[in-house]
Amino acid sequence: MTDLISGGTATPRVYKDYARPLWQRVLLTREGAVYAALILVIVVATLSVRNFGSPITMTYLLLDVTPILLIALPMTLVIITGEIDLSVASVVGLSSVVLGTLHQGGLPIEAAALVAIVVGALAGAFNGFLITVVGLPSLAVTIGTLALYRGLAVGLLGTTAVTDFTEFWTDLAKSKIGSTGVPTVMILFVLLLIVFAIVLHFTPFGRGIFAIGLSAEAAKFSGVHVERTKFILFVLTGTISALAGIYYTLRFGSARGDNATGLELSVIAAVLLGGVSIFGGRGALHGVIAGVLLIGVLGSALRLANVTSDVINIITGVLLVASVVSTSVLNWVRAKRTRPGEPRKTR
Amino acid sequence: MSVATAETTGSRVTAALGSFVKARETGILLALAIIVVVTTAKNPNFLFSNDGFRDLLLTPSILLLVAVGQAIVIITRNVDLSVGSVLGLTAYLTGRLFIDIPGIPIIAVFVAGLVFGGLLGLINGALVAFAKVPALVITLGTLYAYRGINVLWTGSDRINASDMPKPFLALGTQSILFIPVLTIIAVVVLIAAGWYMRNLRGGRELYAIGSDPDAANLYGLNVTRRVLVAFVVSGALAGLAGVLYAARYGTVNSQAGSGFELEAVGAAVIGGVAIFGGSGTVWGAAIGAYLLFTINRALPILGVQDFWQRAVVGVLIIGAIVLDRLLALRQSRKLVEARDTE
Amino acid sequence: MLFQKNKGRAGAFAALAVTVALVATGCAASDDGGDGGGSGGDSGNLAITFLPKNLGNAYFDTSDEGGKKAIEEFGGTYAEVGPAEASPDAQVSYINTLTQQGVGGIAVSANDPKAICDALNEARDAGVKVVTFDSDTDPECRDIFINQATSEGIAKIQVDLIAEQIGDEGEIAILSATANATNQNAWIELMKTELEANHPNITLVDTVYGDDDDQTSFDKTAALLQTHPELKGIVSPTTVGIAAAARYLQTSEFKGKVALTGLGTPNQMRDYVEDGTVTAFALWNPADLGFLAAYAAKALIEGDITGEAGDTFEAGELGEFTVEDDGVVLLGDPYTFNAENIGDFDF
Repeated sequence: MTDLISGGTATPRVYKDYARPLWQRVLLTREGAVYAALILVIVVATLSVRNFGSPITMTYLLLDVTPILLIALPMTLVIITGEIDLSVASVVGLSSVVLGTLHQGGLPIEAAALVAIVVGALAGAFNGFLITVVGLPSLAVTIGTLALYRGLAVGLLGTTAVTDFTEFWTDLAKSKIGSTGVPTVMILFVLLLIVFAIVLHFTPFGRGIFAIGLSAEAAKFSGVHVERTKFILFVLTGTISALAGIYYTLRFGSARGDNATGLELSVIAAVLLGGVSIFGGRGALHGVIAGVLLIGVLGSALRLANVTSDVINIITGVLLVASVVSTSVLNWVRAKRTRPGEPRKTR
Repeated sequence: MSVATAETTGSRVTAALGSFVKARETGILLALAIIVVVTTAKNPNFLFSNDGFRDLLLTPSILLLVAVGQAIVIITRNVDLSVGSVLGLTAYLTGRLFIDIPGIPIIAVFVAGLVFGGLLGLINGALVAFAKVPALVITLGTLYAYRGINVLWTGSDRINASDMPKPFLALGTQSILFIPVLTIIAVVVLIAAGWYMRNLRGGRELYAIGSDPDAANLYGLNVTRRVLVAFVVSGALAGLAGVLYAARYGTVNSQAGSGFELEAVGAAVIGGVAIFGGSGTVWGAAIGAYLLFTINRALPILGVQDFWQRAVVGVLIIGAIVLDRLLALRQSRKLVEARDTE
Repeated sequence: MLFQKNKGRAGAFAALAVTVALVATGCAASDDGGDGGGSGGDSGNLAITFLPKNLGNAYFDTSDEGGKKAIEEFGGTYAEVGPAEASPDAQVSYINTLTQQGVGGIAVSANDPKAICDALNEARDAGVKVVTFDSDTDPECRDIFINQATSEGIAKIQVDLIAEQIGDEGEIAILSATANATNQNAWIELMKTELEANHPNITLVDTVYGDDDDQTSFDKTAALLQTHPELKGIVSPTTVGIAAAARYLQTSEFKGKVALTGLGTPNQMRDYVEDGTVTAFALWNPADLGFLAAYAAKALIEGDITGEAGDTFEAGELGEFTVEDDGVVLLGDPYTFNAENIGDFDF
């Protein structure tokens, strides 16, 4: 076919001429970087920190990091839509207090846990209502609910704690699967992970989440129920936070109003580290898992090496800032160097 | 003619009065007054004892400084979550200066606190302005990092009251004409900030940037520089607050200032500073700071356990932003009507 | 160029994470203070770690120094770890880390009688010996408890002091530490009993909690004085609380009108005793407490005692001690400090 403009026949462009090899498309992504960092840190830690390689390390690590893992799942979805939820740690505290007070009042743990989960869902729904129906910015709302829910939690229990939990449940929270060092609660986490991954990456609802993050208006005009989706996500966040709160309470055997203070920072730091863009529209769950584990492994290794927790905090803070800034800087660099590419030489 | 001018002057006065009455700041000032009156009725010591009056004015002045800085940052459509950590670091620096450099003049310590806080704020501002990363993330990271540095530097030490010179500590409790010295410092800063924001071009540009950053950019405002300045000011004020903290409490450990960022944002939001930027005043943030603290003190006297204070703060913040939203909706509806009826 | 960007991004990020990890674990590993012998349970493993309620507390600084002196005397390895805030969950993390590190013994002052139990028992299962000092846990979770004096004695001396200072009648309030602390609650209960039995004209109007945090204690004192205008005395059975309260009183109009007593360290209280804000207060020697705890841990590790009633062991210059019922070892009696003798002490 003659090309009218150039007057001659031009070679038709073929996609595969421009495609990078598969291994690059899989490994050289943001998530790949986090995985690489994670593996590197594990290797270095095993070699240089005494006692790191023992199996109880992994057990304690996973036990410690489970609440963050759990909450990171819905938080990823929330951040992908461009919103944020700072109240998650307060919901953890609130559900912990609800569990404790009800159990102390005589309710069996199962029932108390159910009520706590409902409370979490309601808390999330309140967030969702304010954000989707009243139209308030999620940052402001969740700062307010962070104070409100934490205040309710502390108000209900004061600064006392409920520590009388049936051993069956506290043992279950810390039990391991058979003789591996993997805690039983990981089963719950993996199930949730599978559900979330399927929803996010393989359903229209999930595609809608990405669409909202990229452009809420365009998504709305494409038929995505923006408000309903966001509302559901906030309810999910509240529910999972309550679940994490129940686990946290049973694991430490103590329900306190100030449980998990500051947890939201760890969750958000891990999610952003894992490649989810704070602007919305981009991210993957497996990267987030790697991000959570990276922070967890670093913390565990440093603690074992008797590095104090403040240094761990400094590192987390710097990593968080560096990861987000590096993305921004590299985008800028790329923008400067963009020019139309030549077709790659095919082998 | 003269009737007409009298009328316009009169209507201008009414208009000014009207806007004063409807101003958000008046509303919360009224709320503050009501709370003080009710509590004093229950327990006259709240206001009328020497200590009570002094404490009411004194302790919130630290939060006032931080809230004013936070308001300036929020007006530009950013947020600064690291102020608590900056406060803690400067408070510790204050103590260390007194210990390591005996005989250092007090004014030098104040300057050091301001400069140090300003530097920490500069780091935040540079990352936000140049790397174009949302301030939420940056200041979240610096909140962690600065607090970690604070704990690392402090080790398991603390600064004790006996480490600091008596005249400095006296600043924390002295009063001039019944008004505590620290409050005077805070109010002077407040007046300066309020005047800058309202009357100087730099201040008005901050509002513009917060209202619509793209328009501000297209208009030719130096957005980067203004945002940088906003963060430096926020950091410097948090630094000053740290010095005042050391004077007031005398003992500084690694946890000083934890949680202040939440209170500062709360005070600003309650005081009418919209979280989306572009509106609100530092006066509102200052009154918000006083309101928060006074509620805290009033609750136990009114019979409510002070454990519920956090919840009250949360309700206030949510109430404030809902109110803002309703007012904004009403405003836009009125404007649309006005446009449609012309 | 797409290829450049992703590789650059991934590379930069991985490099950053690796550098951070290497630097952190590198300098930590070369500076490992205190992760002593191999596995716990080794009768020669004299690595003993002190875990106070929180760091940055003058009282614990002294007690841990005492422990350090003892440990260096008998050739063990000393370490001190602790949270910045006095919370039980934080202590659990540290106990877990110590278990992983395989220390020989832990000397802990508990923030909650039950919450750290599970972690302590896991440590004991791994062969670590557990000594509680200053603030106990439930007896099933530890091997020995070093009590500074009988709880009745500690309660009585504070009640006696305040009664003397306010003329045996009027309103008093208690400024405690955290609401869950075992020792605080034990003493407060005994104080109430003592007041009812022997001081009918004194009314206890309020108990507030300063959380062993200086600023909180300071503000709570201010609030107390405002809320109860008829208050004649404040008892603060915590060194952080009494120091903060004294500092507030010193510059308030209540100085000299409201009596203040409780448990304080001479160095912190010297100023206030000399200018009359405080007349007298009580304590014991925390250094001796730590010293004894370290020797008790040594005796347990070496198998000399098992914590049964009737066991005896040597504690260096403090002499010989006998274990009483429930695995309790008594240090001695509380001591009253006042203007005459406060110059003789330095801790």
